[in-house]
Amino acid sequence: MKMKKVIATAMVGFMAMGMLAGCGGGGAKDDAATAIKVGGTGPLTGGAAIYGLAVQRGAEIAVEEVNALGGVQFEFKMEDDAHDAEKAVNAYNALKDWGMQISLGSVTSTPGTATAAENDNDRIFALTPSASATTVTEGHDNVFQMCFADPNQGSASAQYIADQQLATKVGVIYKNDDVYSSGIYETFATRANELGLNIVSTTTFTTDSQNDFTVQLQDAKNAGADLLFLPMYYDAASLILSQANDMGYAPKFFGVDGMDGILTMEGFNAELAEGVMLLTPFSADADDERTKAFVAKYQELHGEVPNQFAADAYDCIYALYQACENAGATADMTAEELNDLMMKEFTSMTFDGLTGTGATWTAEGQVNKAPKGMVIQNGVYVGM
Amino acid sequence: MNYLKNMNKTTRSNMVTYLMVIVAFVIVQGMIATGSISSSLKGQLVPICAYVVMAISLNLTVGILGELSLGHAGFMSAGAFSGVVAAQCFSQNIDNPVIVLILAMIVGGIVAAIVGVLVGVPVLRLSGDYLAIVTLAFGEIIKGIVMNLYVGLDAAGLHFCMIKNTLEMDGGKMLINGPMGLIGVPRIATFVMGFVLVMVCLFVIFNLVNSKSGRAIMALRDNKIAAQSVGINVTSYKLMAFVISAAMAGMAGVLFATNFSTVVASKFDINTSILVLVFVVLGGLGSMRGSIIAATVLTVLPEMLREFSEYRMLVYAIVLIVMMIATNNATVKNALDGFARKFSFKKKSEKGENANG
Repeated sequence: MKMKKVIATAMVGFMAMGMLAGCGGGGAKDDAATAIKVGGTGPLTGGAAIYGLAVQRGAEIAVEEVNALGGVQFEFKMEDDAHDAEKAVNAYNALKDWGMQISLGSVTSTPGTATAAENDNDRIFALTPSASATTVTEGHDNVFQMCFADPNQGSASAQYIADQQLATKVGVIYKNDDVYSSGIYETFATRANELGLNIVSTTTFTTDSQNDFTVQLQDAKNAGADLLFLPMYYDAASLILSQANDMGYAPKFFGVDGMDGILTMEGFNAELAEGVMLLTPFSADADDERTKAFVAKYQELHGEVPNQFAADAYDCIYALYQACENAGATADMTAEELNDLMMKEFTSMTFDGLTGTGATWTAEGQVNKAPKGMVIQNGVYVGM
Repeated sequence: MNYLKNMNKTTRSNMVTYLMVIVAFVIVQGMIATGSISSSLKGQLVPICAYVVMAISLNLTVGILGELSLGHAGFMSAGAFSGVVAAQCFSQNIDNPVIVLILAMIVGGIVAAIVGVLVGVPVLRLSGDYLAIVTLAFGEIIKGIVMNLYVGLDAAGLHFCMIKNTLEMDGGKMLINGPMGLIGVPRIATFVMGFVLVMVCLFVIFNLVNSKSGRAIMALRDNKIAAQSVGINVTSYKLMAFVISAAMAGMAGVLFATNFSTVVASKFDINTSILVLVFVVLGGLGSMRGSIIAATVLTVLPEMLREFSEYRMLVYAIVLIVMMIATNNATVKNALDGFARKFSFKKKSEKGENANG
């Protein structure tokens, strides 16, 4: 019993120390008023780490470039949320202690929904690079998206398939325990119905069953689907591609922006992805100067071709830079002052970035820009 | 002081636990009042309370009843989802968030208790590994059900459906949206309410353990055959402990869910069950105080390790292993005991019985 008392005392001391350490962090805010502190949360570890890391790297490159331009200076910090809402709120609070003035929200949707509520509550402006669910922006006037919202992706995909007459019979496989995948599927199905696309096979899978797709593929094959729509992340898609190949089933494959990253996936035979089409706002092989420079820089630093998440993050920083310059924002402003300025700027400005030119934002925080259709040829994305 | 001395050992130990929780609460409240608390810690206060309640309620099943349950997060999930739906309904008519939260907790607790009975009746006839396996499966079933559940609220009332969203609603809003989980949760959980819940649960558990029923439950744990031979009804006492534990987990779930604006079903998976079990095992089976401390430390720890960035979880694992070894190591225990004795005797007399330490 005595021992427990000692532990209890030590524990209280431990907690008190932690709190004091926390205060130290908070107090530093006033000293470094030379750069606006931009923070974001994302999965830097775990299954979705590829997105968090891409965002972190893309944003870091942009921050370096922007700071070299002069004018408003940024300081960027990313905290790990392991793709979990609870950890994302913790990470967000850690960033607040660090003195975050503008937020990049979260990289993925479920954490993004949780941190968006915090952003709204604390009046810290957020521009998320890639949290695409509508729940992220819904009801929050100061949370904006750089990527397309999920419903837009679904309807744009259906539109694209119908306009280009890519298929007569469409099969869909989607992940029904995933916000992103089921969100896109729902709007895809509605829009496809309106456009008269013939969906002959709809099958689902979950996180626990994403190792075997033979049943789903067989269903699509029997139904005679000549195009398979795969609104999912690349990890599951890569298995579908290889299992379809094993079965000797070769429809056209059509993905969404989550498919991005499939070419750099370890252990995946990139040849299988030949001919896969996807709708994504960014292509690493575009020949404008800015994209070229960004891709070269990213490859030099990290040894891989940047995906759309990196480009979205890069654009986020530039969009914030443009907004801060226009509004005359300075580093000594509080988060709340910046919030008001940013909200005004983002609803009125037009932004040209890597992921689309002439992008504008609605008051609800959703972006308007044109998606590009891409097809994988010889291991690289080529515009369609 | 005399009163303290005359109390029996258990009562005194319980009082120390209550006191510890109250002191921690007062310290934190003081820090909030003076604004010297970091946002990081402040944001974790409610989750800590929820995890503490989870830990002590699981300790009732694992430590007091002596049955290994690996599906505790399932009860948390059942409570969280039903409680939040209830909170959304109540908040249309009741403005006071505290009352809404209390009502939601009651609903969440009752639903989790009902689920506890449904699971407990067939399952508690098993024991040991078999029970662990079935509770594990139960946790997954709850997750699967909630993940395919759609609940909407409009002027006409609540609408339910499973698997595919076929709700025909007249305006209104979605409360549970299948895999997207709870959306637009009213954030009514507060640290004070968390503290009250912890105290209530501690009170219930301590009084249960010291009652006739509690002794029957512990007798079952220690020797089932002997307990049966003196006429203790095995199933009903097992069920009692199991259901109380489930109800508390349900209430913790409501507290947890109403602290975040969104909660998904996959949050309450086997990992969360194991995490809570780790709190219990590390804190000591049957020791409520240990569970509270372990739950607090292990919830705060990953956040404190943020400066290690990507090595964070590695360091976390190492700290966990070190803690496990240290708390079970005879040499360390003796050293700590000796230190404690030295510390407490010095106050009374300088003579010391250091020879013993």
